[in-house]
Amino acid sequence: MAEVFSVDPMVLATILGMGIVTYFTRVAGLVIVRFFTIEGRARAALEAVPAAVLMAVIAPTILATGPAESLAALITLLVAFRLPLWAVVVVGVISVVALRSVFGLF
Amino acid sequence: MSEISGEMPLRESDYIAGIKHIAPLLVAMVPISLVFGGLAAQKGLSPLEVGLMSAVVFAGGSQFVAIDFWASPVPWAAIIFSALLVNVRHILMSASLGLKTRHMGWGKQMIAYMFLADEIWALSEHRGRKQHLSFAFYMGLVTPFYLNWVLMTAFGALLGKMFVDLDPAQYGLDFAFPAIFIGLIVGFWKGKSTAMVLAASGAAAILTKTYVDGAWYIAAGAVAGMLVGAFTADPEEYKGALDRG
Repeated sequence: MAEVFSVDPMVLATILGMGIVTYFTRVAGLVIVRFFTIEGRARAALEAVPAAVLMAVIAPTILATGPAESLAALITLLVAFRLPLWAVVVVGVISVVALRSVFGLF
Repeated sequence: MSEISGEMPLRESDYIAGIKHIAPLLVAMVPISLVFGGLAAQKGLSPLEVGLMSAVVFAGGSQFVAIDFWASPVPWAAIIFSALLVNVRHILMSASLGLKTRHMGWGKQMIAYMFLADEIWALSEHRGRKQHLSFAFYMGLVTPFYLNWVLMTAFGALLGKMFVDLDPAQYGLDFAFPAIFIGLIVGFWKGKSTAMVLAASGAAAILTKTYVDGAWYIAAGAVAGMLVGAFTADPEEYKGALDRG
């Protein structure tokens, strides 16, 4: 059971670092609206951030890995407009398994 | 139940209301939490380390990215930097919600915003649009959601230890990350402008990933998407948008 409770110092430091930068993002907006007014193109740029970041993270996997991953991403996107998040994940995982076995035949 | 006006330290009815509002999401979070724990265990994290990460960071998107990058030795700089990039969206979320929580005062806000997550934020914005958004209601949303994420991710890691030889790709579990992110992107969907942001971000990310090592492709995609978002926007639409609150 020792490894269940093992904590590596480097892992702990990484976790604390992630926690600190994440807390900064969580309170930064509070401070900004308290002291600044954001409007116009700056506001539009900030509003584009969530979609832009999420897309950048997954782009190599869904666009530059292979046809199975790209097609599975398209199917996932279509169901994401109708299904809850957990079901979207189930559909994504099942489609990629099916498509990989299909493309694996050639 | 006596109706007392003014800000009570903890209004029980509001706290319970918060728990009731978040309840349906708890069920949906369980499989995602278990998958995260399992993937983290595959990368060599112990169940306690997984629980600690969930308790300290409490931001699913950045945790999935961190596990995606995880290696030995731990590329801590790339992981922390990508956590910052993935969570930059919180700045806008807290800016928007901040207009509805000013009455809490700085002390309570500093505690409440420790637990800001996409789902908590969305339900709080919804509540604040129609009525007073109390600290008790907010913490009612947070309490079960936070405990669920911390305990279930650790439990997933514990289960993952039982299947050490499991290859995530064989069961398509490696595609769980992209699927979750696609689901979140759709949550931010606003039509053609979003499509252009996504196209710019995707193209910049792939180009950068091809020529530059490390996590820089995330920053490149984010900046490209922000520029397209800024220059395709109708400035009038955004004029004083924050003041409407």
